[in-house]
Amino acid sequence: MERILFGDNQFFAVNHISDEKSMAQSIKFKEDSAIIKTLDYAMEDGIQTFMCTTHDRIANICEIVRNNPQKYKDFKIFPCMPYAHKYANAVTELGIAGTLKQYVPGNFFGSLFKGGVAFLSKDYLKIMELLIDAEMKMFKDIKTPVIFLQNVITDMLLGLGMTDVLVAFHQYVEKKYDAEAGFITMNMPKLLSVLEKGGIENPIICSSINKAGFRMSGGKALYEETLRTKKFRAIAMQVLAGGAVSPKEAIEYVCQLPNIESILFGASSRTNIHETASLINQFDLVK
Amino acid sequence: MIKVGIIGIGKMGISHLAILGAHPDVKVVGVCDTSKMMLDAIEKYSSFPCFTDYKKMLEEAKPDAVIVAVPTKYHAAIVEELLKKDVHVFAEKPFCLNPEQGAPLVELAKQKNLVNQVGYHNKFVGTFQEVKRIIDGGFIGEPYHFLGQAYGPVVIKAKQDTWRSNPDEGGGCLMDYASHVIDLINYIIAPITNVKATMLKSIFSKEVDDAVFSMLELSNKVTGILSVNWSDETYRKMSTSISINGKNGKIVSDANELKVFFKDNDCPEGYTKGWNIRHVTDLTTEVDYYLRGEEYSAQLDYFIKTVQGKVPNSINSFESAWLTDRAISLIRKEQR
Repeated sequence: MERILFGDNQFFAVNHISDEKSMAQSIKFKEDSAIIKTLDYAMEDGIQTFMCTTHDRIANICEIVRNNPQKYKDFKIFPCMPYAHKYANAVTELGIAGTLKQYVPGNFFGSLFKGGVAFLSKDYLKIMELLIDAEMKMFKDIKTPVIFLQNVITDMLLGLGMTDVLVAFHQYVEKKYDAEAGFITMNMPKLLSVLEKGGIENPIICSSINKAGFRMSGGKALYEETLRTKKFRAIAMQVLAGGAVSPKEAIEYVCQLPNIESILFGASSRTNIHETASLINQFDLVK
Repeated sequence: MIKVGIIGIGKMGISHLAILGAHPDVKVVGVCDTSKMMLDAIEKYSSFPCFTDYKKMLEEAKPDAVIVAVPTKYHAAIVEELLKKDVHVFAEKPFCLNPEQGAPLVELAKQKNLVNQVGYHNKFVGTFQEVKRIIDGGFIGEPYHFLGQAYGPVVIKAKQDTWRSNPDEGGGCLMDYASHVIDLINYIIAPITNVKATMLKSIFSKEVDDAVFSMLELSNKVTGILSVNWSDETYRKMSTSISINGKNGKIVSDANELKVFFKDNDCPEGYTKGWNIRHVTDLTTEVDYYLRGEEYSAQLDYFIKTVQGKVPNSINSFESAWLTDRAISLIRKEQR
């Protein structure tokens, strides 16, 4: 993985600080060309990996990437699935079964409902595989060396103790997409110990890591300890803690931590992208 | 260890189950649902004991406390049964279909001295807690007007029906969505006791309201506006906010950001005259396990701590949720 990964929150009005900013972003990135332009700025700073959710609009971005093979010859996407709000809003309206009926492709699920066929032992994992395939369709012919499970699902499976499902995700993306599985989580130390027990060695784990200790469940000290002593490939996200720490202080903190392979950040403006990327490069040199 | 059972594993139930599954002081002794699909998945991939009949779960698993996360129309009967069996109860919101159903349950829980809580999670959001602190401290002076809002993209086109689209089962924007804002107004300022006028609008739904606009008066005579719409797709997810005008200042807050204006220097420590901005990142207490938001873990942790006798049963009691049910009923009655 590259040292710097570019995120997509800003494109889809995800803002942990302000609902107003969120609307402003939604207006700014209305056109796909605005997203492409911002990705261009990131590429100017040498960032070639775009880590993004499987939002419907990413399909358009993928189309542009496919149509410009020369420009994007080194470009990679790390898909993060599922785009949770699509499902969450559907669940509120349709219930869980209704949502699956709507989103699981083909008539596989329909036949289960109609026939009331008893569920065979492997069916749930099969449903997961079908959902992964549905989300992966838009990335056809694009390099996706790492495929992530979004934190809401990772953490739910973690809480439910469904280690087998986490392992099944890992195995399936490797088998079908020749990709490594990544896990986004808000509970990094807990998740790592569960993945280790599940036999996943050196997993890729993306979690909030910031000087403010924001969204670091179990505490900052435990995270630092885990980074020092455990074997895994860490990606730090939310490094700016939603603005709670100054960029310089924030990046300095993350860069001096041991065992962080990559830093994920998103920004809307050329200046902010350049500033953050430069800070990372600068503090990496000091290290 | 507190032995906890869960009845209903829909969207909220499954989230509660995951949070409790990760809680160090909790042993989940039973998960109950009538939907075989969800229950089979739990049975197959987790280690929680599963039941299809909650009465059987009570008998066999003997939980100290139970989470009730079934559709609202089943709340009253199940909660009554639980209280009669001396079980502590956490019920999802809204509490009951109407205040008449809920009143005896408030009494019964009190009589039996059982822990009772309802899942209005906004009270565990850092910004709203700070709003409450500022209002209670009298720092913006006597409030004279408020605006409570919530918008989100739940029903954005005409579609198939579920219990949420049935008014007799607790469906609709007023009960399901606006209840959060109503509860927040009740908690932060004062309970709604009088409704001047209401417009309930169906936008895409056939049977229920998709939007609620209402003029409200509180027990302390403060008046204000409720504006809630779950058919607004310009929002990515539910966005709840409250703004309060006082004689000495004004607060505007959502779950992420709190903006407060103080007319003079008589303000809380860390604040100054004029506009101040605080973010949830600075106001949030870290949790041991995070899923969807600190507030969801915090409210269940509070429930467990109440059962353990470590904190008082004062936030989100049945009584406060009943006041919200009463306000919902008043709002509905004044429909024009």
